[in-house]
Amino acid sequence: MLSTMLLVTGATIYFFIRVLNAPPKPEPDSYLDNDDELERQAPRA
Amino acid sequence: MSANKESWGSRVGLILAMAGNAVGLGNFLRFPVQAVQNGGGAFIIPYLVCFLVMGIPLLWIEWSMGRFGGKFGHHSTPFIVDTMHRNRLWKYIGVFGIWTNIAVASYYCYLESWTLSYVFHSLAGSFQGLDQNGVSAFFDQYVNLGESTFGIPYEPIFFFVICLLLNTWILSQGLAKGVERVAKIGMPLLIIFGMFLAYKGFTITAGENGAINDSSVGLNFLWTPNFDDLWSPTVWLAAAGQIFFTLSVGMGTIHCYASYVRSKDDIALNAMSAGWMNEFVEVVLGASILIPISIGYLGIDGVVNLVNSQGGLGLGFRTLPYLFYQWGDVLGAISGVMWFGLLFFAGITSSLAMGTPWIGFLQDEFNWNRRPAAWSFGLIVLVLGMPTVLFFNYGVFDEYDYWAGTVSLVVFALFESILFAWVFGMDRGWREIMSGADIQVPKIYKFIIKFVTPLLLLWVFIGSLVTPKGGDWGAAFSGEWILDDSSIINKIKNSSLKRQLAEATDPAVIEKLQDTLFYVNASRILLVVVFLSIAALVYMAYKKRVREGRI
Repeated sequence: MLSTMLLVTGATIYFFIRVLNAPPKPEPDSYLDNDDELERQAPRA
Repeated sequence: MSANKESWGSRVGLILAMAGNAVGLGNFLRFPVQAVQNGGGAFIIPYLVCFLVMGIPLLWIEWSMGRFGGKFGHHSTPFIVDTMHRNRLWKYIGVFGIWTNIAVASYYCYLESWTLSYVFHSLAGSFQGLDQNGVSAFFDQYVNLGESTFGIPYEPIFFFVICLLLNTWILSQGLAKGVERVAKIGMPLLIIFGMFLAYKGFTITAGENGAINDSSVGLNFLWTPNFDDLWSPTVWLAAAGQIFFTLSVGMGTIHCYASYVRSKDDIALNAMSAGWMNEFVEVVLGASILIPISIGYLGIDGVVNLVNSQGGLGLGFRTLPYLFYQWGDVLGAISGVMWFGLLFFAGITSSLAMGTPWIGFLQDEFNWNRRPAAWSFGLIVLVLGMPTVLFFNYGVFDEYDYWAGTVSLVVFALFESILFAWVFGMDRGWREIMSGADIQVPKIYKFIIKFVTPLLLLWVFIGSLVTPKGGDWGAAFSGEWILDDSSIINKIKNSSLKRQLAEATDPAVIEKLQDTLFYVNASRILLVVVFLSIAALVYMAYKKRVREGRI
C-alpha cells in the first residue's frame, strides 16, 4: 500500500515540478499571463 | 470567421483544469468500491498497468488530436477528427464528443447538486443527532422530492437549478476567467480537504469515539492483494473501465481543452502532470477516506453489505455523514462540509469541462458568442436533466450513466485510437505528440499506441458487449456462454427488468416495474434523438463550411 501511494505521490510531484521548471517558450505562446513579459517576446525580424 | 478567440491564462491553470476535468466523484466513490469488489490490493496491479498502457496513451492521443484540430480553428471533436482524414464520415464519429458531454452533464449536474445541498445541510447541522438509518432516510426523502428540512419546496430541483446556473455563469466567463479560475481555487481546496479526511481515515483507533476497528483494518482490507483474482478477465475489465472513468478519456473534453494550446507548446508533459495528479487524488486520497472510515465504525461485514446494496454513492451520502458525527458535533459538521465540498469541487471542475465542447462547436461553426452558447448549454442540460430528477427511482439516471457515461466512452476511445494510430498514421501522430514536448516520451509508446491500446480497447468493448454470467469467463470459453445482465446485449434487451417483471406477483411491484421499463426505453429514445440532432447540426455546419468555401 505504502509503496503504491509513495510511487503515485512521487510521480505526481515529479511531473508537476518538471512543469514548473520547464524553460519558457518565446511569445506568442498559448497562455495569456505571459503576454506582457518582455523577456519572453520573440525577437522581431 | 469563428467567434472563438479564447486562450488559457497559464500553463499551471491549464493543468489544474485538465486535472479537474479528470478528477470527479468517481475518484472518491467509485474507485475504492471497485477495489474492494475486485481483489483489493490485487486490483491496483491491473489498474496501474491499464493506466500505463491505455490511460497515458489515450491522454497523449487526445491532447495531440485536440491541439492538431486547434491549429485549424476547431474546438470540438466533430471537426477535430474531420481534419485528420479526408473521409467525411469521421465527423459523425466525433459527434460522440459532444453528445457524451451533454448527456453526462444532464445527470452529473444533478449529482453535483446533491453535494452542494449536502454542504449546506452539513453546515446547518441537518445530520446532527440522526442515527445511521436517519441519515439514510434523509437521503431517500431527498431524492424522492420529499419535504425539505430547509423548508424549500422541491429542494433537489432547487439545488439542481442553482448548480446549473452556477455552471452556466462560470462557462459564460470564458476559459481563463471562468473555467481556469475555478480550477485554480477548487483543486487546491479539494486536495486540502482530501488530505484532512485521509488523515482522519489513517488515524482511527478502535475504542475511541465508538470505533470498532483501527484504520489498519480498513486499509488492509482495501489493499491486501487477493492474487487469485489477478488473472480474472473480470478484474482486468473493471480496472480498464475505472481508468476510463477516472481520466475522462473518450469524452471529447480533453480534445477541447487541448485545442487552445499552440502547436509549439508542450502537451506531452502537461498530459503526464494532469494524469498523475488525477491518480494521486484517486489512489492516495480516494482510497484513504470512504472505506477506512466506514470499516473503522461499521466493520468489514457491515461495509461489504452496504457496498453491495448501495454502492459507493450510497456509502458516501447515506453513511459517511453519520460517521463524521462520531468525532463530535463540530468536527462532524466540518468533516461533512469538507467531504461534500471536495465532492462538489470534483464535480464542478468536471461538469464545466463537459460544457466547453458544445460551446466551442457553436462558436466555431455558427459564430455564437460565448455567453449565449453557455446559456444554451445550461438550458439543454436542464431539459435533459429533469427526467433524471423526476424519475430518478425509475432508472432514468442509471440509463443515462450506462449509455453516455460508460458505453459511449469505450466506443469513442476505440474509434479515436484507430483513427490516430492507423488512419492519421503513427509517424505523424508521434510527431504531433513530440512537437514542443518538454519531456522525452519513451519510444516504446509508439508501439503501445499503435498496437496495445487499440487492442485493449477492443477487448474492453467486446468484453462489455458479451460479458458472461457472473463474470465466469472459464465457463464461457468452455462452451457455456450465458450472457450476464450487465452485458451490453442484455442491457439492450432489458433482460433483467423483464425477468423481474415475469417473477413479480405483487401488483404494486408489477406496476412499478412496468413504469420503470417505460421510462428506461423512453430515456434511450431521448438520448438517440439528442445524438441524431447533434449529427444534424454537424451536417448543417459542414454544408455551411462548403458554402463559405472553408472546405
